Amino acid sequence: MPDVQSTVVEFVNKLRKRKIEGSQATAKCTVELLRSVISYQRVPHANQAAALIDAVKAVGQQLVAANPVELAVGNVVRRVLHIIREEDLSLTTAAMAGLDLLDASDDDDVDNCKGIGYPAMSAAVVAAAARSTLRPPSLQTLLEGTPESATVPYTSSSGADSESKTADKSSLTRKLKHDVIEGVNQLIHEIAGCHEQIAEQAIEHIHQNEVILTLGSSRTVLEFLCAAKEKKRSFRVFVAEGAPRYQGHLLAKELVARGLQTTVITDSAVFAMISRVNMVIIGAHAVMANGGVIGPVGVNMAALAAKKHAVPFVVLAGSHKLCPLYPHNPEVLLNELRSPSELLDFGEFSDCLDSGAGSGSLQVVNPTFDYVPPNLVSLFITDTGGHNPSYMYRLIADYYSADDLVM
Amino acid sequence: MDTRRGALAVPKVRRVGFFTSAIEPTQDSSQRPNRSQSGPVEATTSSSPLSDSPSGNLISPVLIPPSRHHSDNLTSRAVAAAAAPVPVPGPAAFRRYLAHDRGLNVGSYNPPDSLLGTSPPSSNGEFSEDSVSLFGFQRSDSAKLSASFPNGGFDLTLAVRAPQEPEPKIATVSASEVTKKIAEVSGKSESVTTKPQKEKEPKSLKDKTTKAERRAIQEAQRAAKAAAKGEGNRRADESGKANPGKAAKKPQPKKERLPATSSVSVKTAVAVEKEKRMDVPQTQMQYDDKSRVEKAKKRAVVEQTESKNKVELFLHLPQYERGNQLPDLSSNIFILDTIHHAVYKVGLQHLAGDISGDNARCIAMLQAFQEAIKDYTTPPMKDLTMDLTTKINGYVSFLIECRPLSMSMGNAIRFLKNQIRKLPVNLSEPEAKASLCSDIGRFIDEKIILADKVIVQHAVTKIRDGEVLLTYGFSCVVEMILLYAHEIGKKFRVVIVDSRPNLEGQKLLRRLVTRGLDCTYTHINAISYIMREATRVFLGASSIFSNGTLYSKVGTACVAMVANAFSVPVIVCCEAYKFHERVLLDSICTNELGDPDAVASIPSFSTKAKHLKTMDNNKNLQFLNLMYDSTPSEYISMIVSDYGMIPPTSIPVIVREYRREHLLL
Repeated sequence: MPDVQSTVVEFVNKLRKRKIEGSQATAKCTVELLRSVISYQRVPHANQAAALIDAVKAVGQQLVAANPVELAVGNVVRRVLHIIREEDLSLTTAAMAGLDLLDASDDDDVDNCKGIGYPAMSAAVVAAAARSTLRPPSLQTLLEGTPESATVPYTSSSGADSESKTADKSSLTRKLKHDVIEGVNQLIHEIAGCHEQIAEQAIEHIHQNEVILTLGSSRTVLEFLCAAKEKKRSFRVFVAEGAPRYQGHLLAKELVARGLQTTVITDSAVFAMISRVNMVIIGAHAVMANGGVIGPVGVNMAALAAKKHAVPFVVLAGSHKLCPLYPHNPEVLLNELRSPSELLDFGEFSDCLDSGAGSGSLQVVNPTFDYVPPNLVSLFITDTGGHNPSYMYRLIADYYSADDLVM
Repeated sequence: MDTRRGALAVPKVRRVGFFTSAIEPTQDSSQRPNRSQSGPVEATTSSSPLSDSPSGNLISPVLIPPSRHHSDNLTSRAVAAAAAPVPVPGPAAFRRYLAHDRGLNVGSYNPPDSLLGTSPPSSNGEFSEDSVSLFGFQRSDSAKLSASFPNGGFDLTLAVRAPQEPEPKIATVSASEVTKKIAEVSGKSESVTTKPQKEKEPKSLKDKTTKAERRAIQEAQRAAKAAAKGEGNRRADESGKANPGKAAKKPQPKKERLPATSSVSVKTAVAVEKEKRMDVPQTQMQYDDKSRVEKAKKRAVVEQTESKNKVELFLHLPQYERGNQLPDLSSNIFILDTIHHAVYKVGLQHLAGDISGDNARCIAMLQAFQEAIKDYTTPPMKDLTMDLTTKINGYVSFLIECRPLSMSMGNAIRFLKNQIRKLPVNLSEPEAKASLCSDIGRFIDEKIILADKVIVQHAVTKIRDGEVLLTYGFSCVVEMILLYAHEIGKKFRVVIVDSRPNLEGQKLLRRLVTRGLDCTYTHINAISYIMREATRVFLGASSIFSNGTLYSKVGTACVAMVANAFSVPVIVCCEAYKFHERVLLDSICTNELGDPDAVASIPSFSTKAKHLKTMDNNKNLQFLNLMYDSTPSEYISMIVSDYGMIPPTSIPVIVREYRREHLLL
């Protein structure tokens, strides 16, 4: 435990000092941290899922508080909580299934089962209640009638396993933790692999001789464009340089290294160039539940210009960027002001500030993020495919459980 | 069509009245006594406007072909007869001939002059006008082609002419076809005439083409024009009412200046069309036209090296390697005698970027011209008007080499040329020079300095206490407004939005902060963040086009767009001399490219993003440094000009009224 605690503190400090930036990197670190938290967490015999949830929540709250703007942290914590709940539920239902089988022959087993998880409730009620809270009826589940099959592919095997092991208390305890870690591993895998999943769809969206505008530096965008390039599409990319952080220059460098025709433009030329652009592709920092996007600063300007010229505005986002929150005043509340020194050299202006007695004040505003309202977004491309902004809330319901929305 | 023409005719009538200086050159007045006929002239000097034609000459003048070109003569007459009941084929071909010749003689950057040849007379059909402007003035391929191959144009025109000769009716039946071809032809001829716009040596073009060739071209053009006239006249007849009036209004002074008058009169005749197009050649050369670029290069004083890695969309704009030519140029400032040293200095300042801001550039240029005119002496055997115009043209093309002119500078140059053209002939040289200098001084005072003061007075009324005013980049008018509002005790806050690479906003920020204003500084990417605070947006302008499009520093459109999205009123401050009668839709066709290295190099404090210049030679990587962009008029709430506070839709009105005054000034 102590070493977990120390890694948590270390990570919190990193987040606080903005040593780790970028939603992908933070998501990865967070989920790895949570995995170790879970694996080191001592699970009591009774109500082990709740114990895990509490532990993860406690760490999650620290992490979120460390950098509330980095929404990916919260997203990942919620995802892990969701995994725990799902695993717990699947185990319970499996146990119930086993229970039903064993019910007639052996009463002890029934007692055991009840002793483990749900001593007071009848199995059917528990399962139904759990299902209703965890999984709002999606079209798929309604049609197939098999709630577990879609999102938890290993349920059947674990169910088969658990059936044989229901009698063993300790093994069942280990089972939950094991399954959760399995699930978290899969989440890690998913976060790491979301680029490829998104990039696979590039060919469907980019045609020959296209002119694409992008801004900010996003690995997803890079992979997306390169995937299209590898498929022998030849197109031209305009990159807005993204002052004052100049991440566009980074992106341009990478794109050129991969052999794409790249033109770096100033941010102010976005409106001038948009009339010749076929598509705007950006990587999101976070996607809100209403379909709004938080992206690198300057994105809203590009989105407005794209709207004006009816240019599709496409947002690439891995599923770890889907945030189940509805934004309120996101330009201010979900934003971060960086150092003024990126814009103005203080030395330059110190003289004119104290020259006259009645000299004016000088503020420098240097925000990091920009919010794009959903009506400006044409399409989201996530690792599960393309979606409308209006569909985001539904997608989010698949990934998070309603209990965790407020941590 | 008829109604349209009728409607169009009215403003034309009004306008012509202000072209006081011209008379119609007529030669063969016996044939058609009350109409002017522009006779064929071997060269401008050989024939002279013998008789001052009375009123109606403009409208339906007859082409009287030169005796030498009988075939042309016949053709045109036949065509005319077939085409219209009133056989009044226009003298367009002749005009072209004249203008062409003059263009060659003058051989300089003189858009109105060089254009004269192509602009069909007012009686010409709408279609042919349009087509001419379509094919000829947009520097289409045919124009380029013929620019490089004058003979090509000739062949084509022959082809056009061929079917007309035996059966003139064809011309009328397939009138539109013919006019189209003619448009092509005129495009060619236009390019021939406008070609010298960048020439230093007036006669260079003349030297290049042999006499016979030129004659052939002219013949062909004449024939083509005659056909066009036939077509045009028919329509002209229908809307003929306006024309006599127009002609009647035309005053007829100045018979004395024989060599000049012929061309001047041509000018008058096509005043309306000319005015529409006057400015066209003043726009930048299309740099994707290799042959013309080559030619321009040969004449150039400034040896600019074209940068290799250009953005495909902007091949039509010049992009030069920066910074290598300056030392050379500044060393031979005293050696060069074709360019006046004051102009030379201003040119270098433009090149180096020492003067920025449209007003400053314009004033610097005008003052340099003023000095140049002061030092000017008319060479013996030359006419002051023509020679000075040539000189000015040379200066202008030098300035263009240094940096493409801004729209406002184009307007100022046009004003100066008009003044030169309108100089009374009986004026002695010192008087003329003094008059020009005072005209220039007055232009600077009235159109720029005084206009700014008026704008400040107007705009200040729009600032209320407690407001947050957002401005973009650096505009000296906006600066004056803010300072004045602060002076008179208004309490407000200023948000200065800035953008790379010039960071002009820092200059404004410094000035405002030292004067005690409360400022917030940010970069253009944060515009959506900061816009919620703003209550007004004040923008400067480089030019406003007659469709209400604001042509200004790049990024202005972004600011205006975001302001519009946040429902913040956008107030544009622009002197009326910057209004321009061109129209513009996007920021691609007309623009200026800055130094790409300025985009490539980024400040040292951002350590993460490394300098991209190391990859400069990579073919795949380009940097684009646009200088201007165009803001659609729907984003502009109000334009504050020296004519008051107007909506963008009023720009064309102001342009028309202003132009009138402009010419009178």
